[in-house]
This record gives sequence, structure tokens and C-alpha cells, in this order.
Amino acid sequence: MVDLSDITFYVMIVVVIGGAVAALESKEIIYGAIGLAFSFLGVAALFFLLDAPFVAVFQITVYIGAVAVLILFTVMLVREGRWMHDSPGRTGKLAGVLTAAALALSLILAFLASKQLNSSEQSLPNGFNLVYIGQLISGPEAPILEVLALVLAASILGAVMLAKVDREDKP
Amino acid sequence: MIPLVDYLLLSAVLFAIGVYGLVTKKNAMRLVFSVELMINAANINFVAFNRYLFQDALGETIVLFSIALAAAEAAVILAIVVVAYRIHDDVNVSELKNLEG
Repeated sequence: MVDLSDITFYVMIVVVIGGAVAALESKEIIYGAIGLAFSFLGVAALFFLLDAPFVAVFQITVYIGAVAVLILFTVMLVREGRWMHDSPGRTGKLAGVLTAAALALSLILAFLASKQLNSSEQSLPNGFNLVYIGQLISGPEAPILEVLALVLAASILGAVMLAKVDREDKP
Repeated sequence: MIPLVDYLLLSAVLFAIGVYGLVTKKNAMRLVFSVELMINAANINFVAFNRYLFQDALGETIVLFSIALAAAEAAVILAIVVVAYRIHDDVNVSELKNLEG
């Protein structure tokens, strides 16, 4: 008895992990940027599966619409032939694989050993909770929203000031 | 119905891939990719815990804030990469040592 959402989940696992591996290991870095966009899309599909449609649409809009496109433009701006071969050497690669494997193994063992996470009495009925999000954002979490607006404005201003080309030599 | 642990395992694997990229890669763009992957793994955890263990939508609200912060952070990092490329003609992070003492 296989549910459609189960199939979607396993397909999206392949998309997310495959996109992440392609982002880090592809030969051309621009293909890596596209793989990263696919990984973001898979995460958005996971949000849909988790009954969070608003977050999923926000993820598509901001990550795929803004961040992935920004990364693509930057890759095209700074792309060059000789920076493809950033091979870390065998020792560095082994160290990276060992670190990541140790971290993943400890996390996975901890998750599998936890009693509460594996109990069957979870999965609360959680309807369409857009109203809750609205009440939270306009109510108790409103100061965070204000500070976040300031941070966004400051970071965009800083990015523009950093990347601005000085043209003092021209009239 | 997919159990909660499956989502947690997926996000652990995604986080480990990000850590692997941060440790091994020298290219600044690949480091940006790794950081974004790790942020996504954390967001999956937030939404999964909110869906399975709590009734309210606080986790989803936090993820909304987190996505906006990640966008701001990506803008600043990419501006720094562009400036470093303009100065050094390279984005290999082991070549950028102007601030090294």
C-alpha cells in the first residue's frame, strides 16, 4: 500500500540530495548553480508535503526567484577558465569526507535512538494554518519583523555600496 | 504517512553535504552553495517539527524569517565575491589574504 505522498517524498529525496551533490561536485560551476536551484525546489516540495504551503511558496519566490538567480548572475560575472580546478588534494578530500560522515552518523544515530521522535502518536491534525502565521507575525513576533526589515535594508545598502564601481577618473 | 524521523534523516544528510563542501572546497562560490544547503537543512527541521510535534505555526514563522535572513546574507556575500574578483582576478579563498596578519 503505497501512498502518492510517499512516492513524492522519495522522489524529492533524490532531487534534494542529487541537486546538492551536483552543486558541489559538478565540473562547470554554472551547472552547480542550476543543481542548487533544483535542490531548493525539492525542499519547497517537501514543505508542501509538510502542510506548509505558504512557506513553500515563499521558498520558491525568494530562493529560486531571487537567490538562485543572483547566484547565477554572480557566477557568470566572475567565471573564468582556470578556477575550475580547485581540487583540494587527496588528504583534504579525505578529511572532508570523514568530517561529514562523522557528523551525519552521529546525527542519524541520535535521531534513531530518540524515543519521542520514533513514537507513533505524532502527526497532529494541522489544518491550513495561514491564519496562525498572520496572527504571529502581526502580534507577538512583530518586533522581529521590524528588525528583519532593518537588516534587509542595511544588507542591500551594504551590498550596493560594496559592489559599486568607482568612476572618479571619468568626468 | 511519512514518519518524522525520515525528514530529520534527510536534513542530517543535507547538512553533512554542506559541511563537506565547507571543508574541502576552495572556491568562494562553492562555499556560498554549502552555506545555503545547510540553511535549507535547518529549515526542513523547523517545518517538520512544527508539523509533527506542535499545533501552532511558530516554526513556520521562524522559517519565513530565516529565509529572508538567508536572502540578505546571500546578497552581501555575493557582493563581497564580486569585489574580491575585481581586486584579485580570482575567487579562490586561499589566495585572498589581505587581512591576514
